[in-house]
Amino acid sequence: MARAPKVISRTSKDDISGDYKWGFVTDIESDRTPKGLSEDIVRLISAKKNEPEWLLEWRLKAYRHWSREQGQEPTWAKVRFPKIDYQDMYYYSSPVKEKKPGSLDEVDPELLEAFGKLGIPLDEQKKLAGVAVDAVFDSVSVATTYQETLEEQGIIFCAISEAVQKHPELVQKYLGSVVPYTDNFYASLNSAVFSDGTFAYIPPGVRCPVELMTYFRINSEDAGQFERTLIIADKGSYVSYVEGCTAPIRKTHQLHAAVVELIALDDAEIKYSTLQNWYPGDKEGNGGVYNFVTKRGKAQGVNSKISWTQVETGSAITWKYPSVILQGDNSVGEFYSVALVNNHQQADTGTKMIHMGRNTKSTIVAKGISAGHGENTYRGLVRMMPTADGARNFTRCDSLLIGDKCAAHTVPYLEVRNPSAHVEHEATTSKVSDDQLFYIMQRGISEEDAQHMIINGFCRGVFQELPFEFAMEASQLLKLSLEGAVG
Amino acid sequence: MPAAKQEPLLQVKNLHVSVEDNEILKGLDLTVNLGEVHAIMGPNGSGKSTLTNVIAGRPGYQVTKGSVLYKGRNLLDMPPDERAREGIFLAFQYPVELPGVRTREFLRTAINALREHRGEEKLPVRDFNKLLDAKAREVELSPELTKRSVNEGFSGGEKKRNEILQMTLLDPTLALLDETDSGLDIDALRVVSEGVNRARSESKAIVLVTHYQRILNYITPDYVHVLIGGRIELSGGRELALELESRGYEWIKEAVEKSDQVSV
Repeated sequence: MARAPKVISRTSKDDISGDYKWGFVTDIESDRTPKGLSEDIVRLISAKKNEPEWLLEWRLKAYRHWSREQGQEPTWAKVRFPKIDYQDMYYYSSPVKEKKPGSLDEVDPELLEAFGKLGIPLDEQKKLAGVAVDAVFDSVSVATTYQETLEEQGIIFCAISEAVQKHPELVQKYLGSVVPYTDNFYASLNSAVFSDGTFAYIPPGVRCPVELMTYFRINSEDAGQFERTLIIADKGSYVSYVEGCTAPIRKTHQLHAAVVELIALDDAEIKYSTLQNWYPGDKEGNGGVYNFVTKRGKAQGVNSKISWTQVETGSAITWKYPSVILQGDNSVGEFYSVALVNNHQQADTGTKMIHMGRNTKSTIVAKGISAGHGENTYRGLVRMMPTADGARNFTRCDSLLIGDKCAAHTVPYLEVRNPSAHVEHEATTSKVSDDQLFYIMQRGISEEDAQHMIINGFCRGVFQELPFEFAMEASQLLKLSLEGAVG
Repeated sequence: MPAAKQEPLLQVKNLHVSVEDNEILKGLDLTVNLGEVHAIMGPNGSGKSTLTNVIAGRPGYQVTKGSVLYKGRNLLDMPPDERAREGIFLAFQYPVELPGVRTREFLRTAINALREHRGEEKLPVRDFNKLLDAKAREVELSPELTKRSVNEGFSGGEKKRNEILQMTLLDPTLALLDETDSGLDIDALRVVSEGVNRARSESKAIVLVTHYQRILNYITPDYVHVLIGGRIELSGGRELALELESRGYEWIKEAVEKSDQVSV
């Protein structure tokens, strides 16, 4: 059994402040572009990465599109936040070493220590069993483990900046093919300025032998985070990918606008799991990460499958809708989500399942937990295109309320343009009841554990979709996020 | 039968309890010693369930007067989970469903909480599974059910047998059974009664709350108490239950009213 990667484990008591256990800052020199965004900054980022002309052109098109759209942030989500000044942040911040080190000996020990503290040892001797990790620090990939094992199978797993250099044909073919740079305000911004992220390619017929994992760490202050992730599963391949995220405690809000694109060809399967634990802000709602993320997969081939599982506990605001375009006949899309809001956190999250192919099938299981003054919205679209003969969707949305100052909303959109398609929607709202708590406590279990038990039970349908080790972590993460919410 | 040795296990004195300003218990006295089985009978609304709930520590009940001592300690100061760890078990009249919480894991957590409290090691998973399967067979509950969510989709009889399963597994010092017999068919009643009889011992006590005499054909109590209008108005042995069966509660009510008039 693989050792559990401690995505969310506590760091030692000495280096934490407040209730968020991952809030330490690593003192490391960083190389930044000046504040603000312009064509020059875009060119500078591209030059720093030594990018080919086509990529610079693509970035510039995205930038121009974005500047025309300035002020056109989407407003339909049920979240409130002050206007973001896009000229008052850094768009590129990198630990000072310019080139990715050839071996771990060249990695800054401060960085290794930072990831060690987070429970992600990058050292080959101590590396996590069964999990290949790409460690991304302030948008720059600093180390990737298990490289050799993966290379033997022809699997490419590296920083996207490295893939641009080594596998430009794959990147050029697929980048923006699922989320075009015109897709939405934040996706345009990301396309213009993305600094790094993860790239994975699984060749035909290969079943990736380890979990691929990216650990994202925001460190530097006032820096926006714009990762770009691209995963391609070629015909008949399988990959399970996991991402974990944490950030230091900062008084100001930090913008995180990532884009993730997945492509599954014929008979391929991608399982994508997220444990999102960005800094949520303090109890009064000061600080915290704005997590405005576009994630979409294209189940392009026949019999292909894309499955999103997310456990969202962090961030001041979460705005994300991991979606699947079910293009290939018989393709399958799944979305399993637990979104937790406590204190003043807001989440507007859900999915889109776009059925195009025949006999396509999608499943949505969304569990929202609201505590404190939290606002939790499930927003989901199921669209059955005229071509989607025999398509089926099943949606289940459950909301759990803790306390009487929080809120849960469910906003389903159903568009059915094919009479043979079948759509089911179930929704429930419940409270952690005093009867349940008393029943459990009457068996000798503490109130805190009783509450945890009820919440875990509520989330079981989602947790069982996570890779085993991560399910344990997810459960622990919920417990820590709800500390003090009992009563 | 056993005489009162040393200090009583449970001592309820002049207990007054209100729910939302309605006084339900109005000066109840009850003493339970180790080794004893007490049956508490009474008409609906007389306060039987209130008594067991207050002893187990269910929120929502205000104790306005009186005291409850358990092993000589003030029970009313203890939170419900601590009471449970100190050996008090309540078999619920209406067992609660816990969606997504597997019975097996729930019970393992419970038994380990109790063991930890006693300074014992956690029970290894394999040993626990063996124990649970054996106990489940005793109450004729399919081990398959223990893999499902607690009480979810269980029939009424299965829920009650699950309560008895939990009781035998957690091995309490003081077991409170709140109308465990109600709604049971004859087979389930037999299974439940056998479970209770197996639990009888010199080092434990059982308080059985029931509306019907029926279960007392299977479980022979040492004492029968009649709870009417929030007080125990009459106590006796097994024969009192039979008398209640044939005469109902009215004659006691009338006697109480008369004596009230006399005392006024």
